[in-house]
Amino acid sequence: MNFELSDEQRAIQQLVHDLCIESVEPRAAEIDAKGEFPWDIKDLFARHDILGIPFPPEYGGVSGSALAVVLAIEEISKVCANSSLILSVQSLGSLPIVLGGTDEQKRRFLPPLASGEKLAAYALTEPGSGSDAGGMRTHAVRHGDTYVLNGSKTFITGGSVADTIVVFARTDRDGQGEARDISAFVVEKMMPGFRVGKLEKKLGIRGSPTAQLFFEDVAIPAANLLGPEGEGFKLAMRVLDHSRPGIAAQALGIAEGAFAVARRYAAQRKQFGKPINEFQGIQFMLADMATAIEAARMLTYAAGDALDRRLKTITVTSSMAKVFASDVAMRVTTDAVQVLGGYGYLRDFPVERMMRDAKITQIYEGTNEIQRLVIARELLKEAG
Amino acid sequence: MNLTLSPEHEEIRRLVRNFAEREIKPRAAEIDQRSEFPRDLVDRAAELGLMGILIPEVYGGAGLDHLAFAIFIEEVAKHCASTAIILDVHASVGSEPITLFGSEAQKRRWLPGMAAGKLLGAFALTEPEAGSDAAHLQTSARRRNGVYVLNGTKTFITNAGQAGLYVVMAATQPGRGAAGITAFVVGGENPGLKVGPPFAKMGLNGSPIAEIVLQDCQVGEDDRLGAEGDGFRIAMRALDTGRIGISAQAVGLAQGALDDAVAYAKERRQFGRPIAEQQAIQFKLADIQTGVSAARWLTWKAAARCDAGQPFTRDASMAKLFATDMAMSATLEALQVLGGYGYLEEFPMARRVRDAKACQIYEGTNQIQRIVIARELAAAG
Repeated sequence: MNFELSDEQRAIQQLVHDLCIESVEPRAAEIDAKGEFPWDIKDLFARHDILGIPFPPEYGGVSGSALAVVLAIEEISKVCANSSLILSVQSLGSLPIVLGGTDEQKRRFLPPLASGEKLAAYALTEPGSGSDAGGMRTHAVRHGDTYVLNGSKTFITGGSVADTIVVFARTDRDGQGEARDISAFVVEKMMPGFRVGKLEKKLGIRGSPTAQLFFEDVAIPAANLLGPEGEGFKLAMRVLDHSRPGIAAQALGIAEGAFAVARRYAAQRKQFGKPINEFQGIQFMLADMATAIEAARMLTYAAGDALDRRLKTITVTSSMAKVFASDVAMRVTTDAVQVLGGYGYLRDFPVERMMRDAKITQIYEGTNEIQRLVIARELLKEAG
Repeated sequence: MNLTLSPEHEEIRRLVRNFAEREIKPRAAEIDQRSEFPRDLVDRAAELGLMGILIPEVYGGAGLDHLAFAIFIEEVAKHCASTAIILDVHASVGSEPITLFGSEAQKRRWLPGMAAGKLLGAFALTEPEAGSDAAHLQTSARRRNGVYVLNGTKTFITNAGQAGLYVVMAATQPGRGAAGITAFVVGGENPGLKVGPPFAKMGLNGSPIAEIVLQDCQVGEDDRLGAEGDGFRIAMRALDTGRIGISAQAVGLAQGALDDAVAYAKERRQFGRPIAEQQAIQFKLADIQTGVSAARWLTWKAAARCDAGQPFTRDASMAKLFATDMAMSATLEALQVLGGYGYLEEFPMARRVRDAKACQIYEGTNQIQRIVIARELAAAG
């Protein structure tokens, strides 16, 4: 057992850290306030190969290691959760191709994503089908070499800025089937019949567009079908096993960012003649925050390491990391606002933004309630 | 980074797991009910080479690392936290100060007996008026004609009365606080050492905890560990490893509770189906499982940092704080899964709840751990 990062992992961590302190942190408040997708940060990440981290070198990337992605997302999230979503969504939207695509499909779709020339998105959720895929309505009907796609998707992170979108749709004829009748397709932005609907107004992650997507008789070449027909739901779930450590990393980074602000503030802020970090009331809060962050880090890195080693336990390790780290992020950011008192509540300090951003990590890529079901299911299966 | 256990560590886990399931588990309830010191299990642990787990091979030990030690304590604690604390105190605070700070002659004198399980170790720092504020202990050690004479009272001493030797902290320069404290090894047979009756307590009933009184207790210069004034540092270093042991004990308690709760939830039927199919139960099990995993990682990381020669005080404090708070909530929640049956002493769940509480208190209360962590956070700038 070895808890030390490798030289390569450390180098990625350092590169991302330095870049974010220099160029992302100064933009973070503005990105949130304007609620606009930060194209400049996307270009910056593309230029420095950060968007290439999720991809192996043979498809134009620089790593392909899940732990490396985790480390990069963590570093970005410390200063700007919105910016971290550029990388995590690039990874999420590409994973169905990485995990389910043929070599030909990977060669066709991945290099422009690895270079950051194009952006990816992952479209599973529908108005009537969130955690329960059985209610999916979007459907694709095959006519010769083409599938005709109809339906709509909602809560699609990055959906309005993406060029390459993996869309899950039913391919059964009667629309009555179970999850086994779902298939995955690569939809490209320029395909006629594809339309972006309204962008949601949200509590947090305001610089990351959350879009409704509409598909009206979109003709998709059969060559864009990922994996066999009917295997899409399985693929969607495998993708989430791989992407949840990224959400855990985002939550971890948000918590660390808020903690760093709180810790600095507590050392400087004086009341009753001494810094408030000399009062046990504050000391205990900081100690609990630091301990929870360390625990979240261990579960998150362990999930990344398990993915890289292709361990059988990845479903449960990914879910544990996601549920724990996101609950920690919510608690730590809330406490960080508390440590800063009235100032914490103001837009002048970043912790209120971090608290708003933290909330989403408990909800997306499977709510924490769904994670608990996943963990319990594995636990009960294993022991039986 | 490689977060998989090595084959050697897997082997230790297998060995201890077998021992714990076959020999400790069947004894755990009666050890608790009769407040019985499990001498038989200590002897068996010695036969398996576990009493010298951290003692170097040249002194008859197994010479294994702290990760192996943590695995050992966890597996024992899954079934019997009393036995786990007896073995933990022996292996960590009871013998490691000799391994780390003893002279060659001292190591040759004491460690082989400890590794063989003939000399059980104990650690005497706490006093009636010096608990968390250990630097202000009152026990004195006065040097007279080439011997030290110790006087004072120590309390909450695990393995009291069963130990063959006690690592005792006493003030050679009273009034100088931490700088005046010196560590001594006092033999269990020393006529100046009197052991009080074991305390009646909430849990950990198989582990005797008592007061020891040192009355004109004479020890030689060759019984002093390190130099005069080194005692506080020795004690703090001992407690760092001790905290890894307590973290592992807490992880074991919680894992044992989880295993039983899962088995019960699958069997117990209400409203026509196993209660394991109810989300209220599933969520409890999921949260316990997640907490146990996080605590185990913190424990193993502290152990790995210790083994790599890196600073691990903060890691050990975080592991201790997190794992023991987790164990308290996990055992209570697991008891709840069993409902009324969980409340009965007929099942091990109630015992686990009683045992888990101690973990939040000893080896530095969790309030002290928070202070240690906060202090390190402030010092790190």
